[in-house]
Amino acid sequence: MAENTEFVKGASLWRDAWRRLLKNKLAVFGLVVMVFMVILVIVGPPILRLTMGFTADYIPADGELIKSFPPSLEHPMGTDEAGRDLFARVLQGGRISLMVGVISTIVSLIVGVSYGATAAYLGGRIDNVMMRIVDIIYAIPYILIVIVLLSVFGGPNTPSWIRSMAETFGGVGNQGLAQIFLLFFALGLVSWLTMARVVRGQVLSLKNQEFVLAARATGVSTPGIIFRHLVPNALGPVIVYATLTVPSVMLTEAFLSYLGLGVQAPYASWGSLASDGVKNIAIFPWQLIFPGVTMALTLFSLNFLGDGLRDALDPQTRKF
Amino acid sequence: MTNNGTILSVQDLQTYFQTEDGIVKAVDGVSFELEKGETLGIVGESGSGKSVTNLSVMRLIPEPPGKIVHGEIFFDGIDVCALSIDEVRKIRGKRMAMIFQDPMTSLNPFLKISTQLMEVTQLHLGHTKDEARRHAIKMLKTVGIPDAEQRVNDYPHEFSGGMRQRVMIAMALSCDPELLIADEPTTALDVTIQAQILELIKDLKERLGTSVVLITHDLGVVAGMTDKIIVMYAGKVFEQAPTVELFNTPANPYTRGLLKSVPDPAHEEGTELYQIPGLPPDVAHLPPGCPFQERCYRVEDICRREFPPFVQINEDHHSLCHFADEVYADSKLNPPTTARRTNATN
Repeated sequence: MAENTEFVKGASLWRDAWRRLLKNKLAVFGLVVMVFMVILVIVGPPILRLTMGFTADYIPADGELIKSFPPSLEHPMGTDEAGRDLFARVLQGGRISLMVGVISTIVSLIVGVSYGATAAYLGGRIDNVMMRIVDIIYAIPYILIVIVLLSVFGGPNTPSWIRSMAETFGGVGNQGLAQIFLLFFALGLVSWLTMARVVRGQVLSLKNQEFVLAARATGVSTPGIIFRHLVPNALGPVIVYATLTVPSVMLTEAFLSYLGLGVQAPYASWGSLASDGVKNIAIFPWQLIFPGVTMALTLFSLNFLGDGLRDALDPQTRKF
Repeated sequence: MTNNGTILSVQDLQTYFQTEDGIVKAVDGVSFELEKGETLGIVGESGSGKSVTNLSVMRLIPEPPGKIVHGEIFFDGIDVCALSIDEVRKIRGKRMAMIFQDPMTSLNPFLKISTQLMEVTQLHLGHTKDEARRHAIKMLKTVGIPDAEQRVNDYPHEFSGGMRQRVMIAMALSCDPELLIADEPTTALDVTIQAQILELIKDLKERLGTSVVLITHDLGVVAGMTDKIIVMYAGKVFEQAPTVELFNTPANPYTRGLLKSVPDPAHEEGTELYQIPGLPPDVAHLPPGCPFQERCYRVEDICRREFPPFVQINEDHHSLCHFADEVYADSKLNPPTTARRTNATN
C-alpha cells in the first residue's frame, strides 16, 4: 500500500505562503533585488577596497581643484566633491541605510508587538488607556520626537549600552557610530505605533477563539498565552507591516539626513549622500542620481515584497 | 461505583453575568457531588447553564462580565474559589482538565500538535523538551492516533475532526488529571466517530481511574457512559438521579419531555416526532414561578406563582417540581419510551 503513495509532507502555512509569493512576479523581483542589495553592501566595500583601493573615505591627495568626475571605468558612479569614489560611498551608505531600516524595524517590532498584544489581551480599561497613549504619541509629529530624542540623548549623554553596542562594531570611542545607533533606536521608537495597532487588531480577533480558552484550561499563564499562542497567529500582518516599515524608516532617516540631523560625516547614508548631491545638481548631477536611484530601487523592491507578502499571507486564503 | 471519597463538590453555585440586558443568572443554585472514579452527566438544552457551571469549577469565567457570586466549589477538599489565580493555574491542566466541543477551534491552528502537547507537560510536570516529546508521542498512541511519531509534527488542520478530538483528549490527559470535564466532546462529530470517542473516554477513564463530568444535550450519549445525571434548565438543577433510575423513572416533567424527544427506532413511520414545545427561556427575564411553565405538559396555577420546591424522591434522586412525586409515580406506571430500550439492552 505504501509503495505507490508518496508520503505527503505536511503543508505548513509558511510553505503555502511561500508558494503563493513565488507566483507574484513583482514580489519575486523585489525579493531578488533585496537579496542582491544586501549581498552587495556586505561584500562590496571589502572587495572594492581590495581591487581598486577605494573606500568611502579615501580622498586622493593630488592637488586638482575639481575632484568630482562623472562616471568612468575607474569610478562607475563617478566621484564626489572631495574626490571620493561614489560607488564606495553608495555602498557604505547602503550599509547604514539598510541597517537603519532593519534595526529600527526590529525595535519597533519588539515594542509594538508586545504593547499591542498585551493591550488587546488584557482588554477593558487597560486596553483603553494603552491605546489612548498611542493616539497621543501618534499626534505628535515624529520629527519633533526624533529631534528631541537625539538632542537629549546625543553626544555625551548617549546611554552606555548604546555606546557599548557601537564599540563592538566600530571600535572604542567611536562617537559617530554611537550616534547612528542612537538614531536607530529613536526611529524605532516612533515607528512602533502602527505596529501596535496592527497587532492589537489581530489579537482582539483571536482572543475569543476557543483555543485560547483551551490553553487557559491547561494552565498556561497570561504572558504564555500572549506570546506563545496569540502572537504566532498574528504574525502574518506583522511580517507584512514590518516589511513595509523598513522603507518607511529608511525614508525618514533620509529626510533627517537631508536636514542635517541624521547621519553625520564621515559616515554616509543614502539620504546624506542625496543631501550632499542636491547642492551640485546642476553641475555634477551624478552625485545625486546614483544614491537617489539606488535608494529608490531599494524602496520599490521592499514595497513590492511587502505587498507580495501581504497577498501571500492573506488570511482569506489560509487553509484551515 | 467506587466510593473512595468526593473529588468534586459544588454547593449552591451561583454565577451571574452583567450584560446590557441586565443580570443574567447563568447558574443559579447548582449543587452536585462527584465521587472519585464516578462519571457524572450534565444534560440540558443550550443556555441551561451547563457549560458555565463547569467553567466556574475551573475558574475560567471571564471576570468583567461574569462572577461567581455565591457558592462553594471543593476539588479534592480544596476550596477552589479561595485560591489565587496562580494557584488555580497550577491545578488546571494538571489535576483537572477540560476538553471542548469543537475540536476544529480548540487547537491553536498555528502551532504544531507537538508544541501544544509538550507545553502541558513542560509546564506542569517539568519535562525537558525530549521527555515532553516522548510523552506526547506516547499519549497520541494511547488515544489511538496511527503513526504517532510522524503525526506529532503535524498541524491541526492536517487531522480530521475525530482525530483532532483525540488529540485534545491526549492533551487533557497528559498529566493524568483526577478530574476530566468533557464539554460536549462529541457534538461536532458524526455518529460513528462519536461512538469511537466515547469508547475512548470510557476506556481511558477505566484505565486511569479518572473522574469524569460529561456535559451534553444528547441523552443517548449519557446513557452508556454515566453513573448519575443532573438535568439542568435555566441555570438550575431540575433533577438529579442515578442514570438508570433517571431513564426508567424520571420525576420531572422536563426530564420526561427530554426522554420522549429521543427518536425511537421503533417509532411509527409517518407520525410526528415529539418535541418539547416552545424554546429555552431568556435567562435575563425569567417569569415568576417555575421557569419551565410555558412548556410544561402538566403546568398548573401554582407553577406560575411559586418557584418549585426541592423534592427528595429517595436517597440519590431529587427533583425540582411542584408535582415531583406524581410524575415519579406516573413514570413507574408508564416509563418513557427510551427506558424500554435501555432495559432491553442492559
